[in-house]
Amino acid sequence: MAHQSEHMGMNRTGVQMSPIDTAAMQGSENVPMRGAPGDERALLDAREAYILDADAIGSLPIPGSVAGAVSLGLHMLKGDRPQILLDKLGERLSFERTGTRLYDALLAKCDVIEGGPAGMTRDHVADIRRDEARHFLLLKEAIESLGGDPTAQTPSADVTGVESQGIVQVLYDPRTSLAQSLHALLTAELADRAGWETLIALAGEAGQDDLVAGFTLALEDEHRHLALVQGWYHEAIGLTPVSGMLPPGGSAGLPPDASTAPTSTPDVTTPLPGTDGMLGTDI
Amino acid sequence: MPFSVFDSKGTPLDRQHMTWRDMVRKPISKLDDDAFTRMRVILMSGIEQEALRFSHMAARCNMALRQPLADVRRVEQHQATLVGWLLSSDHSPLETTIAYEQLAIELTASVAKAEPDNYLSQVYRFGLLEDFDHLYRYAALLDRVEGKDANNILQSYTDILPGRPTLEHHRAPRDDLRIPYDRSMAAMLSKLHALTITAAEAQTHAYYMNVGPTFADPVARQLYAEIASVEEQHVTQYESLLDPTETWVEQWLLHEANECYTYYSCVETETNHQVKAVWERCLDYELGHFHMAAEAFRRYERRDPAEIVGDFPRPIELRSQREYVRKVLATEVELRALGTQIVPKAHEDQASIDVRRQLNADGSPSEAVAAGYVWTPGTELVSHGAAGTTALIATRPANEGGVVMP
Repeated sequence: MAHQSEHMGMNRTGVQMSPIDTAAMQGSENVPMRGAPGDERALLDAREAYILDADAIGSLPIPGSVAGAVSLGLHMLKGDRPQILLDKLGERLSFERTGTRLYDALLAKCDVIEGGPAGMTRDHVADIRRDEARHFLLLKEAIESLGGDPTAQTPSADVTGVESQGIVQVLYDPRTSLAQSLHALLTAELADRAGWETLIALAGEAGQDDLVAGFTLALEDEHRHLALVQGWYHEAIGLTPVSGMLPPGGSAGLPPDASTAPTSTPDVTTPLPGTDGMLGTDI
Repeated sequence: MPFSVFDSKGTPLDRQHMTWRDMVRKPISKLDDDAFTRMRVILMSGIEQEALRFSHMAARCNMALRQPLADVRRVEQHQATLVGWLLSSDHSPLETTIAYEQLAIELTASVAKAEPDNYLSQVYRFGLLEDFDHLYRYAALLDRVEGKDANNILQSYTDILPGRPTLEHHRAPRDDLRIPYDRSMAAMLSKLHALTITAAEAQTHAYYMNVGPTFADPVARQLYAEIASVEEQHVTQYESLLDPTETWVEQWLLHEANECYTYYSCVETETNHQVKAVWERCLDYELGHFHMAAEAFRRYERRDPAEIVGDFPRPIELRSQREYVRKVLATEVELRALGTQIVPKAHEDQASIDVRRQLNADGSPSEAVAAGYVWTPGTELVSHGAAGTTALIATRPANEGGVVMP
């Protein structure tokens, strides 16, 4: 059984654990030189040379269909920047897909670890997981509506994958507690909220009102996720809930019952062929 | 009390089974386990990988040995997994690198001290001061890229100080080959030492070649490229200590004996009870392998294995060798290589000087990454503060390499 709270034990890091060895380490007997001459300038120079010479991470894919190419071309003729929107749609799609898997990992812990936050039920976690999967499908349709390929990995999708690597490691480590897992998810949810806000602004700038409407509902979900995860995290580390500690609502405002409300956002996606539209209910 | 591989037959091969759950078990704690437990894990992972490497080479050259080698190799593969996977996932590749260099220093120093042959001991001390400098360079990288203190891995057992500067490790291949021990005259311990250090260095080389490209920072990539090149030289150096006239069966026997010796050393010194149980299980497996090799030795060489392998008088001394390393540092840091000999710097082979001049023509990664770096408990930010070493140039001279007390 994983530890539910951080405990005092035989941590051997830090110099206070080895006072005699540390004193010997800092002694000067038989030490010809304690450090190499110079400063960090050479390190910075080497990095700068590479930055100047670097290629980009990669490119956005050219639409594979004629309709997609025409749609993209029309947007560009109008002076829009559909490539930025497509890149960021790809980023959010990638993030939501990984986010779904992060909640799968949390569910596995919920099932075996006892004594988690009282307010965190399995149903609540499963609801968030379902929201994330639904957001992924919403973004898939949005990319398709712009003539893009939702199966492609855009540059920002790739970079956000690199950003998320640590979060994935924390969630899937059997040794991490619920509190540690929730802290990692809190990081993800904070980034997610900011990501949706950016996406809504970009879609609005491009005059994609239908997308803005759907994304705004998704952002409301994310506000709720953030409030729930932060509340569970605080509870997990024994912090007494204080009014006003929940995150600000951002541009869309925090729903009044955000800390406890189960998901209520209508399903804005079309069920996948062969499914009953209840994504996430089989977990 | 001496340990004899002839006192026990160990676990018979047909009872050496593992499930995936056996192989992938609770890892050690990066925070709570002793650094020497982590070093034992890395050491035995290297020993197992050497077993696999040797076994494949032997199988390519010996029809009659293919089946028994394949039988043993399958178990060695699973042992390599069991042991290597004891390392926990919260070690970043750079933190694991620090642990690799710590093992290289503490193990090589221990071997150099215990080595009965003066020339071989000199060779170990020569390589030791190079791994010692690698640790310093990687510690600077860890501090300056990840913002972490390498001493949280080292646990104050091993110094973070410059050794022979890494930019001077690059030599002409002819200056990396050493004189092998004589199989008919050398002590068993000398043969086991050479196998152990070769295994550790080969693993380190392979690790750096694998993780180097995973770094985003170009300076980190360059540093791994540079030190991986030196580790290849080290494999060349230590491998050249092995007598090439040993037969394949004799080499197999020695490999199995060495696995017994190193696992025995781990059993005798381990402080983590769960990990100790792994060493005990593996020692029993290796005794089983040794007796298979001994049988092949009797059959194909018509000789008694006891001619080659005797008692292990004592385990490898796995503890901090700070005092010994510092003495070697103070007296031998200026030594260089000339052919098979270790010589004063003034007599270094011009061919090696030419090699490094060419390699370092665009700058030296190991110099760039550690320029001005002085280890301080809690990272160099403790001593330099928010300004950093570069900004400090304006107000005070850069570190000129003297003894700077934190």
